[in-house]
Amino acid sequence: MFVNQFLFLAAVLFCIGVYGVVARKNAVLMLMSIELILNSVNINLLTFALRNGSPDGHTFALYIIAVAAAEVGVGLGLVLLVYRNKKTISLDDLSEMRG
Amino acid sequence: MQTLNILAAQWVAPTIDYHGLAPELVLAAGLCVVLLLDLFIDERKKWLLSVISSFTLLAAMIPVLTLALSETSVRSMFDGRYVVDNFSLVMKGVFLLAGYVVVLLSSSHIEQGEYWRGEYWFLLLSSLLGMLMMTSSRDLVSIFVALEFLSIPAYMLAAWRKRDPKSNEAGVKYFMLGVFASAVMLYGMSLMYGVANSTLLVDIAPKLTATGDFSAVHTLGVVFVVVGFAFKVSAVPFHTWAPDTYEGAPAPVTAFLSVASKAAGFVALVVLIYTAFPLSEAIWQPFIWVLSALTMTIGNVLALKQKNIVRMIAYSSISQGGFVLMPLAVAGLVGSGSTALRSVVLYMIVYAATNLGIFAVILAVSNKTRSGDVSSFGGLFSYAPALGVLMTLFLASLAGIPPLGGWIAKFVAFQSLIQSQSAWGYALAIIGAVNSVVAFGYYGNVMREIWMRPVPDGDVTPITIPGSLRLALVITAGATLVFGVLPGVGLYFADLAEIAGAIIR
Repeated sequence: MFVNQFLFLAAVLFCIGVYGVVARKNAVLMLMSIELILNSVNINLLTFALRNGSPDGHTFALYIIAVAAAEVGVGLGLVLLVYRNKKTISLDDLSEMRG
Repeated sequence: MQTLNILAAQWVAPTIDYHGLAPELVLAAGLCVVLLLDLFIDERKKWLLSVISSFTLLAAMIPVLTLALSETSVRSMFDGRYVVDNFSLVMKGVFLLAGYVVVLLSSSHIEQGEYWRGEYWFLLLSSLLGMLMMTSSRDLVSIFVALEFLSIPAYMLAAWRKRDPKSNEAGVKYFMLGVFASAVMLYGMSLMYGVANSTLLVDIAPKLTATGDFSAVHTLGVVFVVVGFAFKVSAVPFHTWAPDTYEGAPAPVTAFLSVASKAAGFVALVVLIYTAFPLSEAIWQPFIWVLSALTMTIGNVLALKQKNIVRMIAYSSISQGGFVLMPLAVAGLVGSGSTALRSVVLYMIVYAATNLGIFAVILAVSNKTRSGDVSSFGGLFSYAPALGVLMTLFLASLAGIPPLGGWIAKFVAFQSLIQSQSAWGYALAIIGAVNSVVAFGYYGNVMREIWMRPVPDGDVTPITIPGSLRLALVITAGATLVFGVLPGVGLYFADLAEIAGAIIR
């Protein structure tokens, strides 16, 4: 099995996701970048689970998918709330508080 | 498919210890009642929900007490993935009592303005349920689920004032950084699973060890997991969300986040350090050392220049988090493992009592002054002597002045550093000592306002404190005093808190 290739793919996805969270200021794009990181975690877990032949990794990945859905639900709700009040979803424009 | 069929044939339903799960079950039942009642009762009777929430939390304390008194000291469920041991019972007690005080703080505050009261209580109880689960989780999956269970309602609580841009901003910043941190933590967990081929913490411990150098996968796994929880406990440099979220969120929510949510992060960190990482201390000890030193120092320095009282307390709570981390930086060394554990538990208990007390005073005062400035405390003693004395008491406890709770907590933390007899321990103790002195700068500033400055607008009508807030003040002030005057009380609970399956050297 191509264990290394899968792990490499996951690492690349993780790095792209982290870059997206750090560099992007658009809240929705940040959420998408976080999803990339979570998917890289799932690839990692499934690769290790297949290599080791243990079902734990599969279970873990299912939990992550379910919880990520809940997270995105809350996240989009919060972004919508900000958009209604401020007509922007750029996190740079959120600066009510300083110091 | 073949293996799956064999596994399915071998499967037996796990035995569930309902007594061990009773605190969680009571809380779960209570929050369902709150959610359903909210649909059906009249707007004018919504105050009932706060009463039900507080009674739910007290009712959940009963099974915690019966479990503590029962013969079996360790109850292990699901192959050791969910364990009720003394550590988890002590922390469950702390979370339930802290939650009770937060309900007392909220009940008068929540009535003001037309917001969604029913949802508030439901979210608060859900978050607490996640915290109770966190104390018992001994598996990567259950730790992750508990972490999300306590965090997601907290994101919504922070943004609870829907039409207030500050509250929105608090919620979004908390959400983005919190979710990012848990994603990074998950990446670390996936690497850890790859190394150990198990998600059970006690199975991970023997695999996370090396005779020579650790491999990159080991190191990244441990570091990423610690980073994830460093966000949760707002350790510098992962603290950037904390001041904005604390300032923007409704004040009782801030009290909840700065005490309960932070303690939950420490609970997970402590469990991981003592059950999953004990043999890889070469990786996490230096890392936690740096986190602790940075957190104490930068939290303090930034607190010095704050004009807003809640923002100041936010930075102060960041710096207090550094003191909790302090003994963990030597927790893997021979001789200081058990004292570090007791110090962390004691510090969390004392800090919870004191910080909730501070927020009770802030709520009572801001009810009248409608201002968040430190200067709005000017001349507090002249028109509200009780509040002035209590605020001084709490601030003195945070600063670590004997004979108050904060003093014994700091004393035990320094003790465990000295007992490690290592240069790293001594160096961190010196940094901690310098920081306790620096911290007095901003705590003393508020005290000076209370005792020496004139009342800013000359309005000296006495403050009327609602009954629930009064009870919260009595509980927190009583606890702060008792822990300090009778150090044995706090130490008794701290010594009781042993983690089942922990490897302590």
